[in-house]
Amino acid sequence: MKLQSFSNVKALPPLHMIFMAMGGCILLFIVGPLVSMILHTGAGEMMEAVADPEVTGSIWLTIWTSMTGAFFFSIFGIPFAYILARKEFPFKRLVLAIIDLPIVVPHTAAGIAMLGVLSRNSLLGSTADNFGIELIGSPIAIMAAMSFVSIPFLINSARDGFEGVSERLEKAALNLGASQFRVFFTISLPLAWRSVLSGIILMWARGLSEFGAVVIVAYHPMITPILIYERFSSFGLKYARPVTVVFLLVCLIVFMLLRLMAGGKKNAKT
Amino acid sequence: MLRLDGISVTFDKFQLKNVSLEVKEGEYVVILGMSGVGKSVLLEVIAGLTSNDSGAVYLDGKDITHEKIQHRSIALVYQDQALFPHLSARRNVEYGLRSRRVSKAQIKQKVDKVFDEIDIHHLADRSPGTLSGGEAQRIALGRALVIKPRLLLLDEPLSALDVQSRGKMQSLLRRINHSGQTMLHVTHDYEEAISLADRIVIMEDGSISQMGTPNEIFQKPTSRFVANFVGIRNFIKGELLPPGPDTGKMSVFKSNGLSFLVLTTFSPGKGHFTIRSDDITLSQSPVQTSAQNRYEGIIVDMAPSKLGVEIMVDIGFKLVAIITEKTVNTMKLAIGRPIWVNFKATAGVFLPE
Repeated sequence: MKLQSFSNVKALPPLHMIFMAMGGCILLFIVGPLVSMILHTGAGEMMEAVADPEVTGSIWLTIWTSMTGAFFFSIFGIPFAYILARKEFPFKRLVLAIIDLPIVVPHTAAGIAMLGVLSRNSLLGSTADNFGIELIGSPIAIMAAMSFVSIPFLINSARDGFEGVSERLEKAALNLGASQFRVFFTISLPLAWRSVLSGIILMWARGLSEFGAVVIVAYHPMITPILIYERFSSFGLKYARPVTVVFLLVCLIVFMLLRLMAGGKKNAKT
Repeated sequence: MLRLDGISVTFDKFQLKNVSLEVKEGEYVVILGMSGVGKSVLLEVIAGLTSNDSGAVYLDGKDITHEKIQHRSIALVYQDQALFPHLSARRNVEYGLRSRRVSKAQIKQKVDKVFDEIDIHHLADRSPGTLSGGEAQRIALGRALVIKPRLLLLDEPLSALDVQSRGKMQSLLRRINHSGQTMLHVTHDYEEAISLADRIVIMEDGSISQMGTPNEIFQKPTSRFVANFVGIRNFIKGELLPPGPDTGKMSVFKSNGLSFLVLTTFSPGKGHFTIRSDDITLSQSPVQTSAQNRYEGIIVDMAPSKLGVEIMVDIGFKLVAIITEKTVNTMKLAIGRPIWVNFKATAGVFLPE
């Protein structure tokens, strides 16, 4: 095995060596700034940031709002993705284009649009107001803004997953006497699970990092991307960096854990 | 038990036209036709997986044309098995029972019984991806049988198997049928049809062109298509005996007082002996050739066909040989003349019953 991989390197054609070097540049481009930022941050500063309740509070808020948003929209998004994978219907292309819309809409524009729906002047906003709930500046607004910009990732990934599940397997299950409901939960969903989970993680990660849309509907309570921005604009780079590094590390750890969980599940599509 | 009444389905590429047929309780019916004539679609219509444009499906006298798939009690075994890849072999077999309200103890008992019947205990914990074609086919069969379907549909169940597992699977299917299971099987392989069927249904261009016992189909094909498709006109019922003292590796097939030499891997027993018309040669006298089978008979019929002239010779029963028109003239063949029939032991095919 070892010998083989060694001889593979030896046999590498020059063109592939050039391509690999180009790939290395890209990797450096991604990893370089992150590593340099971490290296420029002293351990003392980081401990300070970890001890700062404003920082920990905002990280916690960011994580739970983005996760709740992803879970909540999964309940609606996964069945919808299944329908999109299985059914042909009029204007399906239009529907697919609408789903992709949040990816192309500028995020501040998305925030302004959300503001229109959530503000006290709107139907939704005024209804909530009647119950004594103020939407603007609430975690609900944060979730809404995060979900708006990240839902396409969930639906597209889940749809790909369901498309990969052979319809014959579903038919075979129906033929054995299972109900549609049972077929979905015991055949379609488990077989598409990797893509579905990956969609949920993508949606969550995308929501987590959202700034533009959230800053318009909820400056306070402050999610971490906004806290970072605020510290940067008020106090400068030196003060923004520790928060950024802590947030980055927390995200990476959670992300890796989730990836491990998803990867641990055997890929059912054999 | 199952009755199809004028089933029609139109697809982009082909259509099923007015298909009507009946399957009796405990019967083994084989639908024989070339691939792409709509045999699989017909099975899907019966199972309710595809809807038909017109016509009706009756099961036990009840119209089930619009019955939900899961309430039909008709199990379909797919050609590619369609095992659930994320479930173990045992879980696959349990699937149908778990979909009904069956207690755990009962599930275990029923699944164990099916595992015994088709001998798949050793495969229970395997993942479908690791099974061979024959093993996967048996799991698929077990998965269908465990729900005790009124009717078992088989879509080309042998075509994905190698020769060895094919023989085993055939005898397994026969055994299942003998235990009372009504079966409807589609295939493009006439040997499979002869071996298994109580009744054969020939499908041609989306409709049924002939129905009958294997004997009726092969001895009296009603259309040129059937004759060409089955490729053989000579189809004799009898018994295979083990090789005799002076026959070498060749077995002896006996029927109606005559015996033929035949090279076969099947073990002795009842069955059919078949030989293609173009594998038979005619001669005026018993000449010494490499052909081991030589019989004297009388020409009883001559009919021109696409390939030449069909000569029917009575040697105790009737055999059909196809020869060119030129040969007919040079040999001065005519009805009523005596003639010798010759064929090689390797040209004949024995098909067990």
